[in-house]
Amino acid sequence: MTQPDIILKAEDIHKSFGHVEVLKGISLEAKNHDVISILGSSGSGKSTFLRCLNFLETPTSGKVTVHGEEILVKNGKPQNVRHIEEIRARLGMVFQQFNLWTHRTALENVMEGPIQVKRESKAEARDRAEALLNRVGLAERMQMYPSQLSGGQQQRVAIARALAMEPDAILFDEPTSALDPELVGEVLKVMQDLAAEGRTMIVVTHEMGFAREVSSEVVFLHEGRVAEQGPPDEMFTNPKTDEFRRFIAKVM
Amino acid sequence: MFELLSYGDAGWGDEILRGLAITVQLAIVTLPVGLLLGFLATFASMSKFLPLRSLGFGYTTIMRGLPEILTLFVVYNGVGLLMNAVLRWWAPDAPPTDFSPFAAGVVALGMVFGAFAGEVLRGAFQSLDNGQVESGRAIGMTDRQIFLRIQLPQLWRFALPGLGNLWINMLKDTALVSVIALDDLMRMTKVAVGVTKQPFTFYLLACLIYWAMCVLSELVLAKMEHRANRGILRA
Repeated sequence: MTQPDIILKAEDIHKSFGHVEVLKGISLEAKNHDVISILGSSGSGKSTFLRCLNFLETPTSGKVTVHGEEILVKNGKPQNVRHIEEIRARLGMVFQQFNLWTHRTALENVMEGPIQVKRESKAEARDRAEALLNRVGLAERMQMYPSQLSGGQQQRVAIARALAMEPDAILFDEPTSALDPELVGEVLKVMQDLAAEGRTMIVVTHEMGFAREVSSEVVFLHEGRVAEQGPPDEMFTNPKTDEFRRFIAKVM
Repeated sequence: MFELLSYGDAGWGDEILRGLAITVQLAIVTLPVGLLLGFLATFASMSKFLPLRSLGFGYTTIMRGLPEILTLFVVYNGVGLLMNAVLRWWAPDAPPTDFSPFAAGVVALGMVFGAFAGEVLRGAFQSLDNGQVESGRAIGMTDRQIFLRIQLPQLWRFALPGLGNLWINMLKDTALVSVIALDDLMRMTKVAVGVTKQPFTFYLLACLIYWAMCVLSELVLAKMEHRANRGILRA
């Protein structure tokens, strides 16, 4: 299947929690094969923005377009979508806390979406789940429960779970922030491989190395707005705004 | 003494066993009724819709505040009256029917079980990790799938200890139905005591039987808890 050139588009996303406006009009466009890193200090709204893309948080207003299907939101209510689930199934998501289902084995975690959501046969789902777990280096761990796996292994299962849905794009919400330092590398390696094979990814991260080396575009959020945006090399060598300069100085 | 407990006309063994069968039947039929009411109470009390929430909390508060035996009397007499009133309106010529003691027992014990189970289940729901639900949403599952595939299987881990207590309580509360003339284990024991004038023998026997049922339940519950905790406890 050929992908439309623009996989995901968010326009003028606003989000308020009570009287606090966390997102003050953010737009983003992800083309096929883009790897977009979203940076920002804590409280900048980067995770909230990511969660608005697949409606884990409903924006207060704005427009999200996935696979050519527009969802317009006004006053916190999506205006024209009946099946938010279909949108979500097109966007994989990897969480900071992994969120693997604790009562299912690694293999069952990866098979669940294809069977329940895409109505695939068990055999078909199992074949692909095994191949994916093999790919992320967990061939030996398929029958284990999440509690029997290290954080890095759990996160790799979570990535396989997202891939099993054959999504148009994958959203990563600080995928390495909950990991012990020595486990960060194995997860980043998998993400790097995905980027290399042309997966469309949107990554909220604190890993400056990843943002700089792997991503095709960096978006820096500050106080609910896009403060600076561009190709990583340019941004890191020549930051244009004071906010981003201060941010780099703090984290690097 | 063994003669007294023998099977057949001379002994009370067969009567006691029949009573035991009624007791077990009553408990087993009550369980799903009580669980269903418990889930309904939980959903009601967690609802965003105020009247429904009040209904859920009202049911829980009232049922928990009443002595079980009073609930049983109210159900047995009250529902009987109600049934006949409805029957007269529906079919004026039909003869009045009796609300069977068994049905009254199921309804009354089920309502009590449901009220307490509602609280146990609500607590269990609130103990679930929201991240588990979010990853279900993110993958495109519907609310129904999330409930059946994620929340319900994980619920038991938190709910089973509490529900196990309720089951054992209810098993013992079945003895209350002997006062509305259901021939359960308790009533058959009392009849045997009345006829033979051997209270110690028969009450002790009843004690042993109730206790054995309790131990058996605990064994089954331990197995179920072990299964509910799979993936949590390292085997």
